[in-house]
Amino acid sequence: MPSDGRESELLPRARCADVFARVTAEARALGFADVEAIIAAGSSALTRFANNAIHQNVAERSANLSVRVQIDGRTARATTNRLDEASIRQVVEEASALTKLQEPDADLLPLAEPDDPPRVARWFDATARVTPADRAQAVAEAIHLVEVAGQTAAGIYSTSEAVLAILNSRGVFAYHPETMAQFSITTMAADSSGWSKASACNHQDLDPVAMARAASRKADASREPAELPPGAYNVILEPPAVLDLVGQMFGDFSATAIRDGRSFLRDRIGQKLFGDNITIHDDVYHPLQASAPFDGEGVPRRRLTLVDSGVVRDVAYCRQAAALAQTKPTGHGFPLPNEYGEAPLNIVIEGGPTSLNEMIASTARGILVTRLWYIREVDPYEKIMTGMTRDGTFLIEDGRIAGGVRNFRFNESLVDLLSHVDALSPPVRASGEEAFDMAAPAMKVHDFHFTEVTRF
Amino acid sequence: MKQLALEALDAAVQRGVSYADVRVIETRDRQVSTKNGKAGHVSSSVSMGLGIRALAYGCWGFAATDDLTKAGIEAAASLALEIARAGTLAKKQDVLLAPEEKYEVEWVSPIRIDPFSIPVDRNVALLLDVDRELRRNPGVTLAEGAMSFERRRQVFASSLGSLIDQTRYLSGVGYSALAYKDGEIQRRSYPNSFGGQHQLKGYELIEEWNLVANAARVADEAVALHAADQCPEGEFDLILDSSQLGLQIHESIGHPIELDRVLGSEANYAGMSFLTLDQLNRLRYGSEIVNVVCDARPEHGPGLGTFAFDDEGVPAQSTDIIRNGLFTGYMTSRETAAAVGQARSNGTMRADGWSRLPLIRMTNVSLRPGEQSLDEVFDGTDHAIYMETNRSWSIDDKRYNFQFGCEIGWEIRNGKRIRMLKNPSYSGITTEFWNACAAIAGPQHWMLWGTPNCGKGQPEQVMGTGHGASPARFSRIKVGSAYAE
Repeated sequence: MPSDGRESELLPRARCADVFARVTAEARALGFADVEAIIAAGSSALTRFANNAIHQNVAERSANLSVRVQIDGRTARATTNRLDEASIRQVVEEASALTKLQEPDADLLPLAEPDDPPRVARWFDATARVTPADRAQAVAEAIHLVEVAGQTAAGIYSTSEAVLAILNSRGVFAYHPETMAQFSITTMAADSSGWSKASACNHQDLDPVAMARAASRKADASREPAELPPGAYNVILEPPAVLDLVGQMFGDFSATAIRDGRSFLRDRIGQKLFGDNITIHDDVYHPLQASAPFDGEGVPRRRLTLVDSGVVRDVAYCRQAAALAQTKPTGHGFPLPNEYGEAPLNIVIEGGPTSLNEMIASTARGILVTRLWYIREVDPYEKIMTGMTRDGTFLIEDGRIAGGVRNFRFNESLVDLLSHVDALSPPVRASGEEAFDMAAPAMKVHDFHFTEVTRF
Repeated sequence: MKQLALEALDAAVQRGVSYADVRVIETRDRQVSTKNGKAGHVSSSVSMGLGIRALAYGCWGFAATDDLTKAGIEAAASLALEIARAGTLAKKQDVLLAPEEKYEVEWVSPIRIDPFSIPVDRNVALLLDVDRELRRNPGVTLAEGAMSFERRRQVFASSLGSLIDQTRYLSGVGYSALAYKDGEIQRRSYPNSFGGQHQLKGYELIEEWNLVANAARVADEAVALHAADQCPEGEFDLILDSSQLGLQIHESIGHPIELDRVLGSEANYAGMSFLTLDQLNRLRYGSEIVNVVCDARPEHGPGLGTFAFDDEGVPAQSTDIIRNGLFTGYMTSRETAAAVGQARSNGTMRADGWSRLPLIRMTNVSLRPGEQSLDEVFDGTDHAIYMETNRSWSIDDKRYNFQFGCEIGWEIRNGKRIRMLKNPSYSGITTEFWNACAAIAGPQHWMLWGTPNCGKGQPEQVMGTGHGASPARFSRIKVGSAYAE
């Protein structure tokens, strides 16, 4: 159960109100009234291990006050990590001085009006109180399992607590506390490796030993990897691979990016771009999702259907983009001022009924991909992405895993990829390294283009 | 700040450590951007905090705080020790450090113009001048420009007795023209992509690049790319401009020579390296003309990796990484140097702020200039592809296989540009690529580029690194596979 009614001690609501009262008093003293503050605090710790031992073990705590003022159609932002009276005065003065040097912007809207977002309970007292010894003990158990298998483990176990508050002089007071835990592990044998990663707001939802076991089995099963030629393959992407690859396109579901001509969705809204079996939402309220239910101006996030049975439908609008398009903001704006507008960050890809094992069993010849790495955009409109497979790449023959293969480089258009999906699993909360955590299924895809093979 | 550093050091030492160091850091930065005739992001920030790194029970503990009261510092010191003690639950051996001297030094990076003395409206006005020039070409659909400035003062104190006070000024500037037309996006950037040029300089950096004068050419090239031919696929001699070669060095030399990566510390995230310890002084990394150094000293130039001391109190040094093609050196820390039996760290430990642990990071990893003129680089082959300005970059987790895309290419016949090419890309295996290096232009074409966005570590840290290079030619490189059918 989240929170038990307790409140984060990092940055209680009352402290936010006190700080903002000081901000508004300083603003009034300088002769203006329109002011917005983002107040954030965080405490995080991370236990890192490699070569079957803890080697980097860190903790940090910090707080920030970021003030934006608005004067006669002008705006600018100043930030400090000191919350004493003198620092608050200085940061308001700095924001004011920067603002007064700007030219007026006719498109700049008045500050947002209050519109309380639904609260989501994502702060867990027990996770906020995890100790260095708790993390080290879990890491030691995971290492032991890997070491007994004759392998070498590297990874992290982190726990954190963060509070985000946005207040403005029109009465907005959006407040969100959250805890987060992450465990990831790479297991290495002589010529192979495996990997597993997960994140959760409640650390008790993670099972480091089970994850270590799964990664270790992958390392074992991919020993003595064969070298296959590059080419078009049937490929099964596990959820982290789907997350990291498909996750590269959601910055384009932005009204500002489309207007700027830097989105692959320019001139494609309403088109059927992907397969019938692709439906994607942005939904911060989904049980597999995390983060605050409001945007950088405190506007509540709305649920969007970005792709509906292959058709590109909704895109995100910040307040300014919405005003220009004469529509409603969706609650996905970045803090102002910025040039990027907005983006959906809480992706939920609808899945299907096929389990990963059923995908493998139905594949005469194909490649199973655990994770992808160093994914970069090759072509911004065709949305061709390149990257590598990593830590568990397998040949499937006659419905069974036949063994490990050397890692491939891919060059693949996401438009093609999402038009070639033959099966989807139910979605899980997936965690990778190159895109935001999301709810993503495994996907079985045909004609996936591996263009080169590396040396391991 | 010195007093805070010494108080925090005392707090750690009194709790019983075999070694401790403290970094107190105060930063001030300014970010300014423009987009299509308007100011975009205009902001400034200040930050101050400290990090305590303690070696106790044979393990490291690190705690950082922005609570600089006595109680806050004591709490951070206690937490660092608690963390170190927890590390004993999964310890293989005690951490050992290569010896180092103690130093008491104050150092400020040289600047001609304090960037914070220039009013922000002047920053915006210059970027808007560029913006107007870019958008004179009606084919430009998005003009973007940005400047950034940072002043960072860091006081380092260690239980060796060192007390090092360094202040570094960093400046950056860049702009781009994007042209969208008929379902195709092309972009040209100046002086480099992904934020432009960044160096350890003051506002003089901004004045050195003739920003407005180059805008019309940049805009014209972005628009012209729509009508250019697609870069062909096949094996070609390849000529790279110095900025793209800088990123090639970063990815295929800079990262693999990090000794912590070689020893497995980064295996879970950034990966490992093909440069296993048995390769040192044996591997033919490149052709005879390839000479690479890792050099943090000010005399190397005003790079993002230039400093007086690294973040564990080791003086800036120059290390030969590749000498006449032979692999001769890693980047090390006090811990990794001791682990492989080297007498001393070569001074590459850096953290991206007060809240993070120092890691081995590239300083300035640079290809020494060659002896040929630029004409000789181009004339030395009858047929080549020339590529400029990075557009995409990717390399595997052991740094063998890479693929780069560039913003623009030209087909070269007998030293002359005969046609513009769009969407150029090339790929290969690191050592095969560097062994194919056939010509390097001389020092008059050498530029120390800044890469401000290098990610490494968990939690991830973003670091600025420097890479000097002249344009160079490589024989028979695979071109165009990114767009292969």
